Amino acid sequence: MVNNILTIFKKELHSFFTSPMAYIFLVVFALINGYFFNIQFFLINESDMRVLFGIVPLVYLFFIPAVSMGLISREKSLGTIEIISTMPILERDIVIGKYLAGFVLILLGLVTTLIHYLTLCYVGTSIDHGAVFTGYIGLALLGGVYTAVSLFASSLTDNQVIAFIIGIAIVLIFFMMDKLLFFVPSSMSSVVQFLSTDFHLSNMSRGVLDTRNLIYFFSVIGFFLSVTTRILESRKWN
Amino acid sequence: MIQIDNLSKNYGTVQAVNSISFSLNDGEIVGFLGANGAGKSTTLKMITGYITPSSGNVHIGDKNIIDDCIDIQKMVGYLPELNPLYAEMKVHEYLKFHASIRGITGDKFTESLKKVVRECGLQGVVHRTIGNCSKGYKQRIGLAAAMIHDPKILILDEPVTGLDPNQIVEIRGLIKKLGKEKLVLMSSHILQEIQATVDRIIIIDEGKIVADGTSDELISGAQGMTQLHLEISNTEENVIQEMKTAISGVELKNVSKNNDVYNIQIEYPSDTDPRKDIFNYAVENSCVITEMRVTEKNLEDIFRNLTGRVDEGVNGE
Repeated sequence: MVNNILTIFKKELHSFFTSPMAYIFLVVFALINGYFFNIQFFLINESDMRVLFGIVPLVYLFFIPAVSMGLISREKSLGTIEIISTMPILERDIVIGKYLAGFVLILLGLVTTLIHYLTLCYVGTSIDHGAVFTGYIGLALLGGVYTAVSLFASSLTDNQVIAFIIGIAIVLIFFMMDKLLFFVPSSMSSVVQFLSTDFHLSNMSRGVLDTRNLIYFFSVIGFFLSVTTRILESRKWN
Repeated sequence: MIQIDNLSKNYGTVQAVNSISFSLNDGEIVGFLGANGAGKSTTLKMITGYITPSSGNVHIGDKNIIDDCIDIQKMVGYLPELNPLYAEMKVHEYLKFHASIRGITGDKFTESLKKVVRECGLQGVVHRTIGNCSKGYKQRIGLAAAMIHDPKILILDEPVTGLDPNQIVEIRGLIKKLGKEKLVLMSSHILQEIQATVDRIIIIDEGKIVADGTSDELISGAQGMTQLHLEISNTEENVIQEMKTAISGVELKNVSKNNDVYNIQIEYPSDTDPRKDIFNYAVENSCVITEMRVTEKNLEDIFRNLTGRVDEGVNGE
């Protein structure tokens, strides 16, 4: 099982880095985050990273569906899905392997933002390293959720553009939920707020590492990976 | 070694495969022949576990595809139709990927790689990117990937489609070589291809098996009548027409005239031989026979008889 996941993971990562896609993603991701962080960081003159923790989720909204849109839909359009599906490997392992490859690329993108933390350490005073640490954990988990959602979108179609649009639509719903509480009946507002990714992320970027937040992120990831696995398995019965 | 029992597949209201049964033995090269849409690929996809049968089962040894899909996939090497490949990978990387999923790593992989590279003639392209290889090489790469784990069973879905004549001969030779030690089930809609490559032919039409046997068995089984081509001159139409009453059992299937030379297709029961009578009849009527030859029935005729139609794909591409 682990061997199969690792094989799929390596294949996908190799595929990312043999095309310009991974490099374009990493460079543009670093530049956009760097630009928006620095124009605000030197203006507000505070020794924290909350500005970055506000920008990255916005950048994620477009970048993660773009990175993950081809993970399954491309296999469907090329016909290679038939190759991997007739190998002795469970659909679950295919999904986990592909997910991990997408997630690792997002983590690498996140690593590029560490330069801002180093800048902060160099110029800042009284830095709350704990809050930075939990903030990064939050961003990583948010990346994990969006990658799982985008992988799910990729499994729905053999068209990468459609997968991209579906991916953006779903992550946007998760992102916007707690911003639209005004329109939600008060009895439902706490539920809707709890389902929002931003609600859990804001706790973590303040330095709070609550198990409820962790359970939320892992549950959403698990849910989407599980549904994606079922979708891949469903081809057998069509 | 492979036992197919009442295998069916429905796509909505369309029945792609309709309760087919057959068995395949070790060391056979079996051709699965049918027109486009006859149910060949659907059957192969069910045998390899890509799709699940609506009813029936596939048994290989003591395993079956419903309960032991992964075990069966370990035993089978599969080349899907159109041979999809990861174009961005190098050939050895692609083969390593296949081997790794099948648990072949380290020295064992090195040995397997050497073997399939030699058998499939990939020496010149091992370090080349798949996307830059010719179609013939891509087909060999697909075959090499299907046999990297040295399976006892190879299932090849239209392995020569789209190749040029030289490449077809190469792949055909390779399949024949593989068939010496493996059970090879290959599908095709090209009769000549099947006839040239396989030991046994299964013909499928509209989801049902309509014939199963060696090429010779199918031809002789379908041959109730022998066809004779006669070229005759210095005669009249009425002399030719009277031949069928003068010689018992003879039927004139087609008569055409070209510059006073008649070309006649004659058919008679295979257990009789009226050629001497035809010759004597011609002499008696002062006709000159310039050609007389028995024409063999071929698989194409048999396919037409069995399926009741001439399919554009069956005449070859």
